[in-house]
Amino acid sequence: MEVCGGQTHAILRWGLVQLLPPGLRLIHGPGCPVCVTPAATIDAALALARRPGVILCSYGDMLRVPGSTATSLLALRAEGADVRLLTSPLQALAIARAHPHREVVFFAVGFETTAPATALLARCVRSEGLANLSLLTAHVRVAPAMEVLLQPAPISAVQGFLAAGHVCGVIGTAELQELVERRSLPVVVSGFGPLELMRAILACVRLLEAATPRLLNAYGPVVRPEGNPAARALLEEVFEVVDQPWRGLGLIPGGGLALREFYAATLDAERRFPLPGPFAGPPGVTPSLCRGPDPAPASSPCIAAAILRGQATPLQCPAFGRGCTPEHPLGAPMVSGEGACAAYHQYRPPQGAARSAPPLPR
Amino acid sequence: MSGRILLGHGGGGTLSQRLIDSELRPLYADPGAPLHDAASLALPHGRLAFSTDGYVVHPLEFPGGDIGRLAVVGTCNDLAMAGARPWALSLGLILEEGLELAVLRRILASVAAAAAECGVQVVTGDTKVVERGKADGAFLTTSGIGLLMAAEPIGPGRIEAGDQVVVSGDLGRHGMAILMARHGLDPHPPLLSDCAPLWPLVEALLAHGVRPHCLRDLTRGGLASALQELATEAGVRVRLIEERIPVAPAVRRGADLLGLDPLHLANEGRLVAVVAPADLGATLAVLEPQGGAWIGAVEREEDLPGHGGAALVGPRLLLRTAFGSERVLSPPAGDLLPRIC
Repeated sequence: MEVCGGQTHAILRWGLVQLLPPGLRLIHGPGCPVCVTPAATIDAALALARRPGVILCSYGDMLRVPGSTATSLLALRAEGADVRLLTSPLQALAIARAHPHREVVFFAVGFETTAPATALLARCVRSEGLANLSLLTAHVRVAPAMEVLLQPAPISAVQGFLAAGHVCGVIGTAELQELVERRSLPVVVSGFGPLELMRAILACVRLLEAATPRLLNAYGPVVRPEGNPAARALLEEVFEVVDQPWRGLGLIPGGGLALREFYAATLDAERRFPLPGPFAGPPGVTPSLCRGPDPAPASSPCIAAAILRGQATPLQCPAFGRGCTPEHPLGAPMVSGEGACAAYHQYRPPQGAARSAPPLPR
Repeated sequence: MSGRILLGHGGGGTLSQRLIDSELRPLYADPGAPLHDAASLALPHGRLAFSTDGYVVHPLEFPGGDIGRLAVVGTCNDLAMAGARPWALSLGLILEEGLELAVLRRILASVAAAAAECGVQVVTGDTKVVERGKADGAFLTTSGIGLLMAAEPIGPGRIEAGDQVVVSGDLGRHGMAILMARHGLDPHPPLLSDCAPLWPLVEALLAHGVRPHCLRDLTRGGLASALQELATEAGVRVRLIEERIPVAPAVRRGADLLGLDPLHLANEGRLVAVVAPADLGATLAVLEPQGGAWIGAVEREEDLPGHGGAALVGPRLLLRTAFGSERVLSPPAGDLLPRIC
């Protein structure tokens, strides 16, 4: 299983599956940050964006994903909400300074790749004493999710992992080493380029054939065993590890990061703006713990949960390409630029087309 | 005159008159000639091409151009794609109250410079001012007429099985320059928009005896959208070789960073030409020195399942990757949004 959605996209984009020998199957993992953000959290972001005076900021992909209803942040923006796209969390600082009489909320999502930047924002807000900037966080941790994906042993077909290179670049490889030892399966840290992926696949196959479950780094100097010490120190300072629900996967022990009390006391948007509905928890309880399960309508043909768990491919979904397209998505994996369904929809290998390249003219 | 556009500049009174006299009259061939409600044009013989486009871009000024240059070049390029020499333009301005006059002056100077470069005259225009918040600085519209110079019509209806596909230069510069400016990314060296007139290239193709079956300027949606549209209109399948498609390293790096496909990025000075195999040599002789390249071909009838006759099923646009695998090249679904990590 390649864990990261960026890897899934590269695999489809370069048609790598067509180049693999029979008997080798890539199972697509859940590593798409907006796909696993619980619908309830998106509902909270939508509720915040609807409040008069609030400027809600987030990353591009997050704006497109619907919550428990069909509404997305982009749809709210079209209705008049002030929703802004950022490429760096620190851009929220300038927005907050420029609008001192309005409330700026940064909706922070992503794995350990984006969490350090959120941590840096939190630290800047505290040190500058900005009173009108708060955070709605839904950061998730990859390694605990990998463990969960192996749980239903008869269902899970995963024999080895291609780990997400950029996450490992931040957190290092210690957690993965523990996973290898506990579960006796190979884990190969992989990059995102086609050659890097092929190299990682080859390494993983060799480890499987030799029956030597080990951790290998096939992403060269990008990943050091200790990761990025500065980023890890920031994470440690600002966040604590919590149990967290993942969309499609359910509650994952240790699967998320929440602001430590020192930061949450002043920066947690859910405390600053008591939210209506089931996602507002009792005071003092980590909000992410009391968010309800995903209200997946029983009538929807979408099999996003099975796809996020690697138990099905997008092509097995009855709605794929018919009722569900990037323009009219039924599930988050079709919306996000890193979702598996979007990757299949954008790059699906041709069927029925003759496999001949145009003849070179000269 | 104050330093900013006021609502009164669009009110039709003396402020409007002053704005027209000082800023807009100089665009006309004879700034001293009396202004009337419509321009009268003496046309040479032959057929005309007519096109119109609206221009909204943020930021108004970007590396390698601005909205003024874009508005002139864009409509002239649309005319050129029909095989027409751009000849006369209208210019409509919708200005937001509060726009700095200095910015407007720079935009209009760009309009004048681009018009001179395209060999086209601005012959009529209109200016409106809307309240602050009702527009994004300035919106421009241009309509243009051009003189058809190609002996045969140029358009998707003439695309045939076996035709060859050529682009005029590397792809994605304009879209990437805009995205970088918009998201506060500042590459070194700076990445400039490719915004440039295409008529000189079309004129050179015609002069070399090329009879293009179809030309299309690669604007929003990039090469992927343009070829998808053409293939669908023409009822054919196009196969491309990814390695042959020129993309500047800076554009590729930026696209990787933002999680975007360079073939989805907008261009404002690039065209794709679909030509008969016999015209490929002459086409490349003109376009290769400009950075152009052969990138693929329209599927031949004998390659189609069932040997033609039956309606074409399956994807319209296929891409052979550098690894020898093949995939669909889809147009972007909506707005291009940067990925998260």
